[in-house]
Parts: sequence; structure tokens; C-alpha cells
Amino acid sequence: MVRNITSFTGNGVADWLVQRVSAVILAAYTVFLTLWFLALPEWSYEAWSGLFAQGWVKVFTLLAILSFVAHAWIGIWTATTDYLKNTTVRVLVQLTVILVLFVYLILTFDAVWGV
Amino acid sequence: MKVSVYRYNPEADRKPYMQDYTLDLPEGKDLMVLDVLNLLKEQDATLSYRRSCREGVCGSDGMNINGRNGLACITPLSQALNGKSSLVVRPLPGLPVVRDLVIDMSLFYQQYEKIKPYLQNDEPAPAIERLQSPEDRAKLDGLYECILCACCSTSCPSFWWNPERFVGPAGLLQAYRFLADSRDTATDERLAELDDPFSVFRCRGIMNCVNVCPKGLNPTRAIGHIRSMLLKNAT
Ligand code: SF4
Ligand code: SF4
Ligand code: FES
Repeated sequence: MVRNITSFTGNGVADWLVQRVSAVILAAYTVFLTLWFLALPEWSYEAWSGLFAQGWVKVFTLLAILSFVAHAWIGIWTATTDYLKNTTVRVLVQLTVILVLFVYLILTFDAVWGV
Repeated sequence: MKVSVYRYNPEADRKPYMQDYTLDLPEGKDLMVLDVLNLLKEQDATLSYRRSCREGVCGSDGMNINGRNGLACITPLSQALNGKSSLVVRPLPGLPVVRDLVIDMSLFYQQYEKIKPYLQNDEPAPAIERLQSPEDRAKLDGLYECILCACCSTSCPSFWWNPERFVGPAGLLQAYRFLADSRDTATDERLAELDDPFSVFRCRGIMNCVNVCPKGLNPTRAIGHIRSMLLKNAT
């Protein structure tokens, strides 16, 4: 069997499932936000922060960012292991992407908690 | 007709190159691409390619014909040309070239070996043979016919990028052939060998394999069945 430590879960079945489930969550979140924007009579900061003051929107948003991080990592990991044959380059790119995703995650938590 | 052939002799050439031949074709007859190569070989005895059965059974003359992988012996020239006036023949892509149209299939066979392509059964052997119901036997249709020509795996981008780690369509079709066999008792062990992120899951469903298989087989469907079995076992 082929072993991997840098794949998201290290297991092909789990990675595959996470990628699909996270895609559904991201799609749902996108549709939700789009509809909310379209239904809004007038765009304002109050309406925006009011939306995120609701508990379930916070949960949904955090679920979406977690899905985003997982989904992006599985995709990027696949692409880097396909195309970056030089180990140093591959590990560097992978670490950079992990750092960026980590920053996104923390910033989102911070933003949602701040409301 | 103009025929352009990939030439490379590692002992003499520094780089591969395309060699152009002009060929007078017999009138009123649709040759197979292999016949064209045979005619070229009469002109130029140094041209190398594999072939044996010349009827689509042995799987030795897989090559890239006008951009599409196929068996030269059962690809009619008219179909290969598809309205174009010249023929371009290259080795199957993605594997090392031994010489001209002959490729080194070691990686392809290593992946085949990895899936243990033989019946495993830990029950005591019956006096005569292990029987199978006609229904169970029917499950092997569309799987056992593979002749290991490698047309599919060498058309698969996932196999090009990871030939040491992704089993590839040919190997996976055979993996499923044994997973689906009612006489094989090693299903769990077989699945345990396949659940990593590469062996099966590098398949991205591009379906190049289905598109080129000269036997009309469908590796993508078999890969889907393996994935369902893995999912069922793991959840
Ligand atoms: S599945 Fe088809 S293309 Fe692939 S090796 Fe078998 S016969 Fe050849
Ligand atoms: S369907 Fe899968 S195995 Fe077939 S060519 Fe595409 S990636 Fe390769
Ligand atoms: S020569 Fe045997 S398959 Fe073409």
C-alpha cells in the first residue's frame, strides 16, 4: 500500500468522502449568502452584522471555513503531488499553502467571534 | 501517403525524432495500421515495433496512432486518418522508450502485479473444481477480456504523473475482476491494499481509458465499483 503523511487524512477513502461532503457544504453556504444578498432591500453594515449575530449563521460560517480548508488542502495536495516532482519545491509549496489556509481559518474564527 | 514515425535508438541517437516516409498504398483496400508498418519495414528494416497475433488478441502492438492509443493490427487506416492525409505513429505515451515504437512496460506490469492478479481462496480445495453459478460468472463479463495492451493506462494523465503509485485503469480493472469473483476469499485483504490516497483515488474520472480501450471495456466503471466497496467497508 502507498503511504502518505501529508494527505489530509492519510486515507484515500476518508479524503475522498471529506472532499465530497465539504463541496456540498460550500455549495450550500454560497447559495445561502447569494440569496441573502439578493433578498436584501438595501445593503448596510447593520444588516450584515445582524446576519452574523445569529448563532446558527456563526455555526454555518465556521462549518463553511472548515470545509473550505479541508477541500482546498485535499485539492492542492493532489495537484502538488501530481505536478511538483522536486521534493523540496513540493514541500515548500505545501507548507506555504498550509500557512495561508491556517491564517484564513484563524481570521474567520476571529471575525465571526467579533460580531 | 505520408507516414511520420517516431524513431529513437538510444545507442545511436542523442534525441528521438520523427521520420517521414512516403508509401504507395495498394488501391481499393483499407489496410490496418499494422500492415502499413509492415510495408514501411520492407523499406527500412531498422524500424522497430512489437506485434504478434495481428488480430487484436495478444495486446502487443499498442501505440499512439494519429494522437489516439490503439492496437495497430485492428485499427483500419481509414479510421485512423479520419479525413486527414497523413499518418503519425508514436509509441504509447508516458513510459520509457526502448526503441522506436517499443516501450518499457515494467511500471505497467509492476502495478498489475501489485493487485495480485490470481485467485486467492483459503477454503479446502474441492475434489474437482470450484464451481460458480452462471449469475456469479456473469459478473466477470467486461472484466476478464482485458489483454493488458496498456492503451488505457498510458492514456491516463493520473498514470502519467504517478506510474509508481497509481495502479492505473488496467490494473484496477483486474483488481475489480478478482474482487467480483465469487470464488475469491481475499476481498478484505485486497481492499485493505487499495484504500490509500493513490492506488485507486488518483483516478479523477477523466475516462480517457474508456475512450481508447480496443476491447471496449470500461475501467472507470470498475473503479467506481471498487470505490463503493471501499466506502461500504470503511463507513
Ligand atoms: S482495459 Fe482495455 S485498454 Fe486497458 S489494458 Fe485492458 S484491453 Fe487494453
Ligand atoms: S477514468 Fe480514471 S483511470 Fe480512466 S483515464 Fe481517467 S483518471 Fe485514468
Ligand atoms: S498484434 Fe496482437 S493485438 Fe495487435
